Amino acid sequence: MSSALLEVTGLRMGFGGLVAVDNVEFTVKRDEIFAIIGPNGAGKTTVFNCVSGFYKPLAGEIVLDGERITGKPSHQVARRGLVRTFQNIRLFKQLTAVENLLVAQHRQLKTGLVSGLLKTPGFRRSEQEALQRAAFWLDRVGLRAFANRPAGTLAYGHQRRLEIARCMITEPRLLLLDEPAAGLNPQEKRELQLLIDELRRDHGVAVLLIEHDMGLVMGVSDRILVMDHGKQITTDIPERVRADERVIKAYLGES
Amino acid sequence: MSQNLKNAAIAALLTAVLVTPIIGLQLQRQNFELTLIPHWDKVVLASAAVFLIQLLHPYLFRNGRTAIRLPAWPQLQPRQQRIGMLVLLAIGFAWPFFGSRGAVDLATLALIYVVLGLGLNIVVGFAGLLDLGYVGFYAIGGYTYALLYNYFGFGFWESLPVAAAMAALAGFLLGFPVLRLRGDYLAIVTLGFGEIIRLMLNNMTELTGGPDGISGIPKPTVFGIEMTRRASTEGGTTFHELLGLSYQSQHMVIYMYLLALILAVFTWFVSNRLIRMPIGRAWEALREDEIACRSLGLNPTAVKLSAFTLGATFAGLAGSFFAARQGLVNPESFTFIESALILAVVVLGGMGSQLGVVLAAILITVLPEIARGLAEYRMLIFGLVMVLMMIWRPQGLLPATRPQVELPT
Repeated sequence: MSSALLEVTGLRMGFGGLVAVDNVEFTVKRDEIFAIIGPNGAGKTTVFNCVSGFYKPLAGEIVLDGERITGKPSHQVARRGLVRTFQNIRLFKQLTAVENLLVAQHRQLKTGLVSGLLKTPGFRRSEQEALQRAAFWLDRVGLRAFANRPAGTLAYGHQRRLEIARCMITEPRLLLLDEPAAGLNPQEKRELQLLIDELRRDHGVAVLLIEHDMGLVMGVSDRILVMDHGKQITTDIPERVRADERVIKAYLGES
Repeated sequence: MSQNLKNAAIAALLTAVLVTPIIGLQLQRQNFELTLIPHWDKVVLASAAVFLIQLLHPYLFRNGRTAIRLPAWPQLQPRQQRIGMLVLLAIGFAWPFFGSRGAVDLATLALIYVVLGLGLNIVVGFAGLLDLGYVGFYAIGGYTYALLYNYFGFGFWESLPVAAAMAALAGFLLGFPVLRLRGDYLAIVTLGFGEIIRLMLNNMTELTGGPDGISGIPKPTVFGIEMTRRASTEGGTTFHELLGLSYQSQHMVIYMYLLALILAVFTWFVSNRLIRMPIGRAWEALREDEIACRSLGLNPTAVKLSAFTLGATFAGLAGSFFAARQGLVNPESFTFIESALILAVVVLGGMGSQLGVVLAAILITVLPEIARGLAEYRMLIFGLVMVLMMIWRPQGLLPATRPQVELPT
């Protein structure tokens, strides 16, 4: 078995005449934290949407753990252990924090309609376990105190963490984070970096990350892919990316 | 102030335009000629009324808050809701033995609307899918019983599960192609579905009897014992003979009522459980954010389909019950107005609130009967009530308190 968890080859995506992503290739290894960076409009989120099944790419292959997932609908991709967060947080705002985590376990709860209607012991047990898992993850991201609050009323940084917890409770193999540090203060960014590191260490999840905050990206990533205008500029370890002239040019423009 | 004046003037002008063809101009036949008789005084009166109301409107509803306020309902805890339900239930079971025949019959109708309201509440309130063709499933339930009786001699009890299954099947089949649509688009397609069903029933004359419908549908039996004056088969026993009572048609009315009550309680119980189950949570989540649901591995089509199918099932049950109560089904009973009425029950009661829906169903069936003298103005009053509700209490009579899963913190 190869060590590659996610293999993307020749990915191409466009909207009408606009080519948003052109021939992007990368691999994410097991236990790797892999970041995609680039200026606004570089096509990072489009890559995410293709990988997570929200877009059907025009060309290219996406293989998750040896299985081809190109063009599969997003919910099927998620069931194979690839889940994502969103740039603009997408929590179920009216539901409480704990309910958000219960909904995310929907796939794991194998209770039937009848056992639920009759509230059988098996059903109660299953619900109790789901609640315990939710409690565990709320503790994990430090939101236990807000468990019964509607998710929409939580502070912005808390919402970000809840969204990550909601992904993790599905027991994914690959976690896609779309600008997780956007809108966080420096303190929260440090906590986020710690959290990402711990998720990998304790839960064996690989992380694919889009981020603008260079401090976070350089600190947490094993490898970084740089994009500009839909094209891949380079893929390398942080130290070399930092020194790469093409990368600097992409960010600061031609001089 | 000048802004107010302008608004009021525009509103008055619009009223004049709208009202002129409706009540301002009257066609009258004199001998062989048609003449147009204008009633400008009425138009002026209507416009003046609208002008005044619009002018005073800002003073009535100051600062966006209502100056005239409905008494606020006490915030009901789930526990109190349950007690409220039990009280309603106790009244419900005791009621037919005191009420008059007409009143009990009316209550039966109210209970059918409770079932329909609770069923539609699953689709609209829980899953947030606007279904304007709910009456289609109701019709399928009613006609299933009628046809099964007519062609195969099925009784009520044999037909009931078939009717529910047929309606569920219809919900499932309709759901497949249309549930990828959202919001208004879904509403239009379901509206079309309801009309298609009605038109089919109207036009398949050989099978359904067309506009005349099917009549002579028998009432339910009590465990196979008929509740009629004489047994339909030679040597059969009837209910009153068995109990040694004299025959009273009142018995049947009470029996129908109790059955309807049991059906309503069953519906309430099921929908109450559903919303506390994983599937119910998935519906609520889907109502909030479909994309997030997909990103978590929930198949939105399957989740929506389950809501649609379960909602339709209850319409099917209510439909076959309706057929038994009326003894007659025809397409007239399943018009769009009926769909709108059921939707009004859900909205009026408070989307997603079971107790609210029950109250609204009772109000909407009982009030028109009480205000019989105003029958001509029924739709007008209905419209007015809806408008006022949307101004004062857009969340419904008894807004849903979500069944929260509490986690000790």
